[in-house]
Amino acid sequence: MAEITSVVDAATEEATVPWIHRVGDRVRYYLPTMLIAVGVLVVWELVVRIFSIQQFLLPRPSAILENFLEEVRLFTTGQGSILFQATGATLWEAVGGFFIGCGAGVLVALGTARWTIISEAMMPFAIAANSVPIIAFAPIMNNWFGLTNPASKMAIVAIMVFFPTMINTVRGLTMIETRQLELMQSYAARPTKILRALRIPNALPYIFSAFRVASALSVIGAVVAEFFGGPRATLGVFITQEAAGFDFARAWTGIIMASIIGISFYMLVLVLERWLMPWHVSFRKKG
Amino acid sequence: MQSQSASPTNVIVAQGINKIFNPGADEEIFALKDINLEVKSGEFVSLIGPSGCGKSTLLRLIAELITPTSGDLKVNGKDPHAARIDQDYGMVFQAATLYDWRTVSKNVQLPLEIMGYSTQERKARAQEMLEMVELGRFGNHYPWQLSGGMQQRVSIARALAFSPSLLLMDEPFGALDEFTRERMNLELLRIWDTTKITVVFVTHSIAEAVFLSTRVVVMSPRPGRITREIAIDLPYPRNFETRELPRYFALLTEVRELLREAHEI
Ligand SMILES: Nc1ncnc2c1ncn2[C@@H]1O[C@H](COP(=O)(O)OP(=O)(O)OP(=O)(O)O)[C@@H](O)[C@H]1O
Ligand SMILES: [Mg+2]
Repeated sequence: MAEITSVVDAATEEATVPWIHRVGDRVRYYLPTMLIAVGVLVVWELVVRIFSIQQFLLPRPSAILENFLEEVRLFTTGQGSILFQATGATLWEAVGGFFIGCGAGVLVALGTARWTIISEAMMPFAIAANSVPIIAFAPIMNNWFGLTNPASKMAIVAIMVFFPTMINTVRGLTMIETRQLELMQSYAARPTKILRALRIPNALPYIFSAFRVASALSVIGAVVAEFFGGPRATLGVFITQEAAGFDFARAWTGIIMASIIGISFYMLVLVLERWLMPWHVSFRKKG
Repeated sequence: MQSQSASPTNVIVAQGINKIFNPGADEEIFALKDINLEVKSGEFVSLIGPSGCGKSTLLRLIAELITPTSGDLKVNGKDPHAARIDQDYGMVFQAATLYDWRTVSKNVQLPLEIMGYSTQERKARAQEMLEMVELGRFGNHYPWQLSGGMQQRVSIARALAFSPSLLLMDEPFGALDEFTRERMNLELLRIWDTTKITVVFVTHSIAEAVFLSTRVVVMSPRPGRITREIAIDLPYPRNFETRELPRYFALLTEVRELLREAHEI
């Protein structure tokens, strides 16, 4: 049986490849990306130096790095770094809002999926709400919860991520291949069993694709909401204040921190997705 | 009245079944007209006919995945709804229809889960079924790691896992190559022989229908009707030698003639 041997071969082959080769493969895979990143930084540095661009237009990467390392030193020696404090506060707002909004989105979808009529009636509103620039409500939320209360930023983030999560979850729970549903019917499965064994697993890829969007969106939402005002030690306020004080290299350290937490959050969701859905098409080993 | 006349050995009794899709609408389709069919316990009945003649529709009516527009249908002497709720049949769809998120073994265990078997029983039973379709070593694989033919065997193992008395198969080997298909045919005959299960089998292939069946039911399209039935009197056990018997060729010709006739009606 050719089919049996091929599967077994693939498994044993993988186990016998020395780990050093696998690391080598990884490095080769990411090498072009890393080279491009280094190249961009070098060009940036050179352009700023050669054309003597003013630091308020574009600071040198080396200047940004200097400022950043100073903050790292302050933080690691326990003298208190406002940048790190701001990062923590913004992360807290983003993560809190993410959990509230995504949790509510999934729960509302699960709650209404059993009554298709309700979820179908809600969909147009959800899709419309999804195209509203929620961030415009930031001043209102500041009013409701208080400018310095993290809840005002969490609320914005939660509303931003709620709609895409809910819409995707409803889609995942309801867009099921006819045959897969008929299989359940042929066993006379109860609706709760169909929900647990078919609808929810079917929805997981939809839910996670919403979570991935939401993870990036939540950091953006928190930082932009802070632009409308908030405590000194938040990234949005940090960036606006340093920029207002003409210390642009420092403002850029804030931007970098926001990028780092945004990317890390996204990666974390991706890892969780792989762990929970090892079967999914996008993770199947190639070759 | 009619239900009482059905003898207990009749697994399926269909009398005057009509099925119209979208009645009254522009796209109304008269899918089945005046279907009369009896399938007795232990029979292997093949439905054969050109594409669109309503073979799948008839199978889905028996499975109560859809309901007839008119006529009387009994499965195991019961209303088809009751038969479905009692889990009287196993169904094999044209596509394997496995759940991607379940391993092969877990896929086979699905009906057992629904029917409340214990975890131990489920695992043992799934392994037994997988060994029967020669996939004993693949329980922990995911469906996408298997070839199309292997996946279809998993779906057969799943349909048989809870020992239903009736097996409904909708072109289960339609997507397979000739060689694999013939091997699967032998396997299916062996299963049928050992389990004494009743099989209703939809196919496009005359050779497959003749080789497998005790009886072949010929259907014609627009509207779908049963035009002829022919008993297959080939000896058992059936194997590769069966395909060389003069009687086998005679039956192939006969079914082909009936299909052509049906088309001209
Ligand atoms: N759900 C449906 N709604 C409307 N029409 C349908 C539906 N299912 C089947 N039909 C129609 O009923 C007729 C019979 O379809 P069916 O699927 O039973 O054919 P079949 O004999 O199984 O064909 P094939 O061999 O191609 O699978 C076709 O004309 C088809 O268009
Ligand atoms: Mg069909």
